[in-house]
Amino acid sequence: MNKIFNINSALTIFIKDFRSELRTRYALNALIMFVITTLAIILFAVANETPSIEISAGILWIVIFFSAMSGMARTFVSEEERGTVMTLHLIAKPSTVFFGKLLFNLILLFLMNIFTVVLYLILIPSFIIKSYDIFLLTIFLGTIGLSAASTIIAAIIAKSNTKGTLYPVLSFPILLPLLMIVIKSTKSALEGIEIAKAMGDFQVMIAYFVVITAVSYLLFDYVWKD
Amino acid sequence: MDIKLEVQNIKKIFNGRKIFSDINFQLENKSALAITGRNGSGKSTLVKILAGVLSPTNGQVDFYLNGKSIDLQNRYQYFGFVAPYLQMYDEFTAMENLELFARIRNIEVDKDYIDLLLKRVNLYERKDSYVREYSSGMKQRLKYAFALLHKPPLLILDEPRSNLDAEGISVVYQIIQEQKQSGCVVVATNDSEDIQFCNQEIDLNQFRNIAK
Ligand SMILES: Nc1ncnc2c1ncn2[C@@H]1O[C@H](COP(=O)(O)OP(=O)(O)O)[C@@H](O)[C@H]1O
Ligand SMILES: [Mg+2]
Repeated sequence: MNKIFNINSALTIFIKDFRSELRTRYALNALIMFVITTLAIILFAVANETPSIEISAGILWIVIFFSAMSGMARTFVSEEERGTVMTLHLIAKPSTVFFGKLLFNLILLFLMNIFTVVLYLILIPSFIIKSYDIFLLTIFLGTIGLSAASTIIAAIIAKSNTKGTLYPVLSFPILLPLLMIVIKSTKSALEGIEIAKAMGDFQVMIAYFVVITAVSYLLFDYVWKD
Repeated sequence: MDIKLEVQNIKKIFNGRKIFSDINFQLENKSALAITGRNGSGKSTLVKILAGVLSPTNGQVDFYLNGKSIDLQNRYQYFGFVAPYLQMYDEFTAMENLELFARIRNIEVDKDYIDLLLKRVNLYERKDSYVREYSSGMKQRLKYAFALLHKPPLLILDEPRSNLDAEGISVVYQIIQEQKQSGCVVVATNDSEDIQFCNQEIDLNQFRNIAK
């Protein structure tokens, strides 16, 4: 009864969101269109030039960052818009809702990032990964960090009146440290550095995830209730 | 089950405007409370505060089960709530909604009981239709199944008869009477007929607790 949150309930909230997403395509279509259009624009812009390692690593994360913004924000806004926030209040404790939503964002962002990375590898020939271990770990840790941060930001903006514009404004300072470290680490993967030398970066990413999740858990009660 | 709801000095201010203050009352087993008042007097605001979905500006609501205080976070297990502004998930069927709610509540999904509830509110034939295809009265009926799913000791009803036909209203009155036998019920309404089963009343027009 005094558990932090209920795993079964959080999983069911995740399943509800997933089934709902399959039926309404609320976030998925927006995400896929966003990834495709940005990548197409980048392709035109790059044309015949070969971007440097720094730039191609940066661009990858810009695509991931902005598509995450356009998709993740929906998780709470969709409940707010449909008026089902109160329904959730009446059937689960706040922390359960938070972890259910976090799980949903995590899975959604993973799927989207796999799609983005595969597309990126095909379309940008100069993007050649030399250390796959670093790259995969960076994508993994970057994804969980990004989902944790987007979940709490989404919860905050769902309550505000200026939903659309507030999201990038609020998320930029929160996500900047994470973005800097994942870009650096992606660069290491392109340069072919040994994984042992990238461990420090991974520790920062893990710490980021833990801190953001802990702060979100504490903050969510206040954010969730009117 | 022995329950007690204790409301002390509740005050609510919205954007600098005071809706009500100094609301005090106690609700114990086998009683029914009516919350009355004109439109905008704060009936819905008060029931939301009782249900724990809205925070009061001042004051507190305590809930005791068999003498043990239940903290705010866990009260959802003991409360049932019906209101016109409550929404079910449109993209799921009535059955799917109720099954999801049972799972999220982490209670056993008792199909027989769900069927029974759906028959009771006369939606059984339409249990596999999407809620988006429901009329507003049907949605209101579904909310009663939602509210009774976990057999709550306290049932809170805001405008219990909204959108319902005569048959629906009589089912609601039965539910109110049964709930009064097994636990407590709070009814927020404008309609004098809805409060015929209540033994306590808060009239928000007067901001005070009248003994009836
Ligand atoms: N979210 C809100 N923000 C600001 N004012 C609100 C909000 N909800 C209700 N109010 C105000 O509180 C008062 C009481 O509303 P409500 O509780 O819905 O009344 P009732 O249910 O008795 O008709 C109204 O004047 C309404 O404008
Ligand atoms: Mg009202």
